[in-house]
Amino acid sequence: MSKRIEAKNLDIYYGKFKAVEDVSMVVEPRAVTAFIGPSGCGKSTFLRSLNRMHEVIPGAYVDGELLLDGEDLYGPGVDPVNVRRQIGMVFQRPNPFPTMSIKENVLAGLKLNNKRASKGELDETAEKALRGANLWEEVKNRLDLPGSGLSGGQQQRLCIARAIAMQPDVLLMDEPCSALDPISTLAIEDLIQELKANYTIVIVTHNMQQAARVSDTTAFFNIAGTGQPGKLIEMDSTEKIFSTPSVKATEDYITGRFG
Amino acid sequence: MSLTTERPAPAESSLIPSKPRVGDKVFKGLSTGSGILIFVILGAVATFLVALAFPALVSSPETLESQGFGEFWSWVIPLAFGTVWSSFWALVFAVPVAIGIALFISHYAPRKLAAPLGYVIDLLAAVPSVVYGLWGGIALASALQPLHAWLATYLGWIPLFSGQPSGTGRTILTTSLVLAVMILPIITSLCREVFLQTPKLHEEAALALGATRWEMVQMAVFPFARAGIVSAVMLGLGRALGETMAVAMVLSGANVIKIEMLNQQNPISIAARIALDFPESSGLAVNQLIAAGLVLFVITLAVNMVARWIVSRRAAFSGAN
Amino acid sequence: MTATLTPPRASSSLTAGQLPRWTTPLLVAAAAVVGIVATLLLGGFNAGLAAFFAFVLYQVAIFVASASVEGTRKGFDRLMYGFVVGAFLLALVPLAWLAFTTLLAGLNRFDGQFFTWSMRNIVGEGGGAIHAIYGTLAVTGVATLISVPIGLLTAVYLSEYGQGKALARGITFFVDVMTGVPSIVAGLFAYALMGLVFRPGFVSGFAGSIALSVLMIPVVVRSSEELLRIVPNELREASYALGVPKWRTILKIVIPTAISGIVSGVILAIARIIGETAPLMIASGFTQSINNNFFDGPMMTLPTFVYGQYAYRSLPHEAYVDRAWAGALTLILIVMSLNLIGRIIAKRFAPKTSGR
Repeated sequence: MSKRIEAKNLDIYYGKFKAVEDVSMVVEPRAVTAFIGPSGCGKSTFLRSLNRMHEVIPGAYVDGELLLDGEDLYGPGVDPVNVRRQIGMVFQRPNPFPTMSIKENVLAGLKLNNKRASKGELDETAEKALRGANLWEEVKNRLDLPGSGLSGGQQQRLCIARAIAMQPDVLLMDEPCSALDPISTLAIEDLIQELKANYTIVIVTHNMQQAARVSDTTAFFNIAGTGQPGKLIEMDSTEKIFSTPSVKATEDYITGRFG
Repeated sequence: MSLTTERPAPAESSLIPSKPRVGDKVFKGLSTGSGILIFVILGAVATFLVALAFPALVSSPETLESQGFGEFWSWVIPLAFGTVWSSFWALVFAVPVAIGIALFISHYAPRKLAAPLGYVIDLLAAVPSVVYGLWGGIALASALQPLHAWLATYLGWIPLFSGQPSGTGRTILTTSLVLAVMILPIITSLCREVFLQTPKLHEEAALALGATRWEMVQMAVFPFARAGIVSAVMLGLGRALGETMAVAMVLSGANVIKIEMLNQQNPISIAARIALDFPESSGLAVNQLIAAGLVLFVITLAVNMVARWIVSRRAAFSGAN
Repeated sequence: MTATLTPPRASSSLTAGQLPRWTTPLLVAAAAVVGIVATLLLGGFNAGLAAFFAFVLYQVAIFVASASVEGTRKGFDRLMYGFVVGAFLLALVPLAWLAFTTLLAGLNRFDGQFFTWSMRNIVGEGGGAIHAIYGTLAVTGVATLISVPIGLLTAVYLSEYGQGKALARGITFFVDVMTGVPSIVAGLFAYALMGLVFRPGFVSGFAGSIALSVLMIPVVVRSSEELLRIVPNELREASYALGVPKWRTILKIVIPTAISGIVSGVILAIARIIGETAPLMIASGFTQSINNNFFDGPMMTLPTFVYGQYAYRSLPHEAYVDRAWAGALTLILIVMSLNLIGRIIAKRFAPKTSGR
């Protein structure tokens, strides 16, 4: 269910522009890994390269190796569509499909991929995913209403439910709380703690307290200047990064001296 | 895990699809093909028009005299003049009114009324051209006849208004007014779009300096909207040049070049000439009419290109379609 | 220069030097009365002339009054306000006139016979437009069937596949060019095409559909592309992240999100081409009876019916003119209801996008 990701000397390009340079890291299963760093440092780009979502922009490609339990995600013949079915993603802003009800949203991944299943099975999957996202109690009486009628925090949990209904191995979260109020943020953070029992979770965040609260491991990315590629500066246990980082830039960033 | 069997991903060990994904290729091919079809259609329009216009263009004047409408260029140039002349006056009538309406809707009318008022003007665009022709030919022409007489009597010393005024009112003046009404909604809606895009900051800056509303419009709105207005006018012109029915049904026209606007005999347009003559034509006459259509195509194409070019010089107006 | 330049100020208070609020209504009323009286004195009431007099009178009066009390700047502002409102009212004149005339004259023959008879063997009074209504439905329907798939797929290409590509720029340019093709040229094209493929002088309902398609495709492309582009990218990404292939994302997420706008755009495009006359005169010709063969022989449509009744009048004239007006009324009712339906669909069925 939960898989390990390994990047080896990964460079990410948008056309001629090198966005991320020479990243090597291991993301452990059943744990939360946080990416922090200033804006434009390539942490989101790197996150999106983990399920090949950055390829949505024409001209994007990578150099290096990215292994999911030893299998190269960028190997010959690998279909990005299959990669994304195994590595789910939650975005910055909640984005439920406006044309679908709450239940249809949860089952969207299965339906859109043309999975045939009985109504009972689908109902069971939907309930399980919504329970997994701590949303079931709040929406069980209005499963057939549009997803856009929920609050921002509920919508984001609906998106998490939609991702975990696909039973992915890895769950990527790109600043999942940046558009939410503090109470909804807390609900999502609690949820992340529960989800880590079953999934490999990678989260990008601008909020260092959040990284400190939810993650087991933290990776700090930095950028030398505009037009330069982003780099991985340091990666270690969250406790160590936030108490005694080994690189000066990390300490400066965490203590708020820049960024 | 009751549903592990239902897992959507393929065999756990592989990211490589078992069968190639054809859906993407087929769909991309279909949509790209449709796009290319646009080229094909336009190419076909040009090719077929040229192919059928060709016989008329290469025939000797004598052949055209007996089987068509006479020597091509001396036949088509008065028509081209009539086309441009009636459209020119349509613009003269329509543009100030259109800009006024657009300003009224964008900057003067109460917020709540702006959308319904815009809809009312759009209704003018929804009226089919044949209905405009009917209205212009039956109702407007006779209603404007007294105006013709008055203009000829009191302003007859102006060359435009000289000569015996038409007794039916089916003149260039009436025709241009009908054309003006027809292109009014196009120019209005494009201008309105551009006026609404004026940066609020500029407007407020002008008002904060103590400008009156009209001064604000002059200082902030017009300079910003100039390119947009010009392109709106050009698109309106393109529409007026190609308009067939209003001219065919209102104007009492002939193949002449003359600038008097109130007379019995008026320069007719290319489109109207084709519409009037086509049903009774055959053989080389048809080829000659198609050749005239080609000339019209080239004229409107040139006007539209100039409009696009003006728009593209200021990409900010890409919203003004 | 020793004196400092001082900006002009109203003497004492912020309300000084203004015309009272009732100035405008009073002047409008006065100008209207004077205008009407003036036309009566000049030899009979004439609404257009009276309105013209009243407008000029009002503009002069308000400018003089405002300029003397409030200053010339304000006076000029009021003058321009008069012009702007006047322009709008002026545009309402043809609209109201046309609607009123069409309704009044159209009702003369807006009867059962008009909708059940054709013009077969009719000379003079009687007869109807069933053959033209049938033709309009067939020709427009087929044109829609041709244009919508091509237009929609082209829009999909432009918004989903073509970004930044030279082909897409070329298509956009040629769609613009196509928008400017005069409708009669589209008719000549269809005629020329049929003439070369089948036989010279070949007219049919189908040829009319081809001509209308040339006019309709660019409209459909434009409106659909615009609507596909405003579908938030977040929805596409959400779908890709669930492992949905691109074509399914387009078919199941992007198009359904924009569908109400697309449908309304198509309906408005139909409303626009259903009144086209010139291309159908050329490509479909004229006839007095129902033509059941869509692919051969002339086929009448409502717009060409209106034109035919108006242009080829014989005695008694009124019968022909009345039929023309009844046809015009029918056409306007069809176009207006299509417009209304299109707008209602756009409004009512638009999905509620959140967070935007």
